[in-house]
Amino acid sequence: MSDLVQVRDLVVDRGGRRVLQALRFVIEQGSVTGLLGPSGCGKSTLMRSLVGVQRLTSGGVTVAGSEAGSASLRSRVGYVTQAASVYDDLTVRENLTFFARVLGAGGEAVPDAIATVDLADHADQVVGRLSGGQRSRVSLAVALLNSPELLVLDEPTVGLDPVLRRDLWALFHRLADGGAAVFVSSHVMDEADRCDRLLLMREGRIIADDTPQAIREQTRTDDIESAFLALVEHEAGAG
Amino acid sequence: MTSRILMAVATRVLTQLRRDHRTAAMLLVLPCVLMTLLWWMFRDLPGGLFDRFGPALLAMFPFIVMFLVTSVTTLRERTSGTLERLLAMPMGKLDFLGGYAVAFGIVATVQAALAVALSVGLLGLEVAGPVLLLGFVAVADAVLGTALGLFVSAFARTEFQAVQFMPLLVIPQILLCGLFVPRSSLPDVLHGISDVLPLSYATDAMQILVTTTATGDVWRDLGIVAGFIVAALGLGAATLRRRTP
Repeated sequence: MSDLVQVRDLVVDRGGRRVLQALRFVIEQGSVTGLLGPSGCGKSTLMRSLVGVQRLTSGGVTVAGSEAGSASLRSRVGYVTQAASVYDDLTVRENLTFFARVLGAGGEAVPDAIATVDLADHADQVVGRLSGGQRSRVSLAVALLNSPELLVLDEPTVGLDPVLRRDLWALFHRLADGGAAVFVSSHVMDEADRCDRLLLMREGRIIADDTPQAIREQTRTDDIESAFLALVEHEAGAG
Repeated sequence: MTSRILMAVATRVLTQLRRDHRTAAMLLVLPCVLMTLLWWMFRDLPGGLFDRFGPALLAMFPFIVMFLVTSVTTLRERTSGTLERLLAMPMGKLDFLGGYAVAFGIVATVQAALAVALSVGLLGLEVAGPVLLLGFVAVADAVLGTALGLFVSAFARTEFQAVQFMPLLVIPQILLCGLFVPRSSLPDVLHGISDVLPLSYATDAMQILVTTTATGDVWRDLGIVAGFIVAALGLGAATLRRRTP
C-alpha cells in the first residue's frame, strides 16, 4: 500500500499557543487510521491541516503529491467537521443535492449517499428537526458524495447509538477496502480496536503510531486506555 | 468562476428563503406596508410631501432590508461551518458571493416591482421619467445592500454584532443622502462625505426620475451605484479565506 498523505514537521500555532508540535507521519491508502487523544490535544487542528483550511506555522502536508488544500484536491477529499456542517432549514435531500452540484457529482450520488448513511426514510425531512446523530450522518453523507480518496472525519461517532456506531465503522472499512484512506478522530479510547492503525495524541504531539495490537504489546497492557497512560508515564519518567 | 456552482448557491439560498415563510413574507410585504404608511401620514397635508419623500424611501427600503438579511445569513454560514466546508470544495469565492447576489437580486426585483407598482399605481406617486427605470434603481439599491451585507458579515462574530452594523453603516447614509437636507445645502465636510456614500447616488437617481423626463443623470447615478456594488463584492471576496488561523 502506498502513502496517500505525508505530514512533514507540521507546526501550528493558534492564539499564541503551539497546538501542533512538529508532527511527522504518513497515512496509507486502503486503511482506517484512528487519531485518538483527549479533547483539546490538537486533533481538530490536525484534521483541518490535512484538509487545507488551517493556516500552518511551518512544515507541510501533501496529499497524493499535492499541497493539502490545493485546487486539484478539493473534489478528492471528503471532510466532516465535528459540528454537523449542513443547512438546518433544508431537507436531507436538498442539502445533498446542493453539495453534489458544487462537487459536480453524478446523478446517483445523492440517493446512494443517503442510503449509505441509512437516512432514506428521512430524506424529505428538514435537517433541523432530526436528532443530533441523524444530523451528523447527513454531514457524513455530504463527504461521501464524490467517493473521495481521502476521508477526514472529526469525531463522527460521538453520541451515536452502539448499533449505528458499529455500522459506521463497518462503512469506514468498506470505504478503505475500496481504496480510500480513512482518517477518523475520537476521544473515546474503546474505539481504538476498530482501526487498522492508531495515532495516539497528547498535547500536540504523537506519542504512539502503530497497530492497536503492537501498541498494547509494546506497553504490556490489555487496552489502549492503559497503554495511553503507560506511554504518558514513561515519557514523564524519561523527561 | 463556475456558473454551475454559482447557480447551485443561488438556488439553495432561494430554497431556504421559500422554507422560511415569515422572512419571505416580510421581504415582500414590508416595503409595501411602509410606503402605504408614508402615503397615509402625508395624505391630509398640502405640498406634495409624499412625492418628495416617497422616491427616496423606495431607494432606501430594499437597501436596508437586503443589508440586514444578507449580513445575518452569511454570518450564519460562517459560524455553522458550512462556509468552511464549501471553501474546502471546488467553490470559488466569487461563486459563493455571486450566488448570494443573484438570489437576493431576484428577491429584490420582486420586492421592488411590488413596491413601485403599489406606489405608482395605487398611492398616486407622480413619476415623470420611465417607471421601469425606477424599478431598475430599486433593484440596484437592493443588490448594493446585499453586497455591503456580505462584506460586513466578515467583521461580526455574532448576529447581534451584525445587526449593530446597520446604525453604523446605514443610518449615516440615510441622514446624508439628501432626504432631510438637500446635499447642496449641507456643510462642506458633510457634503464631501455624502459624495462618497452610495445611497446618495441612489436617492439622487430616484429624485431625478420623479421630477424630470431626462434619464442621462439617472444612468450616471446607476453606474456609480454599480461601481460600489462591484467594490463591495470585491472586498467581500477578500474577507473569505480558505485557510483560517
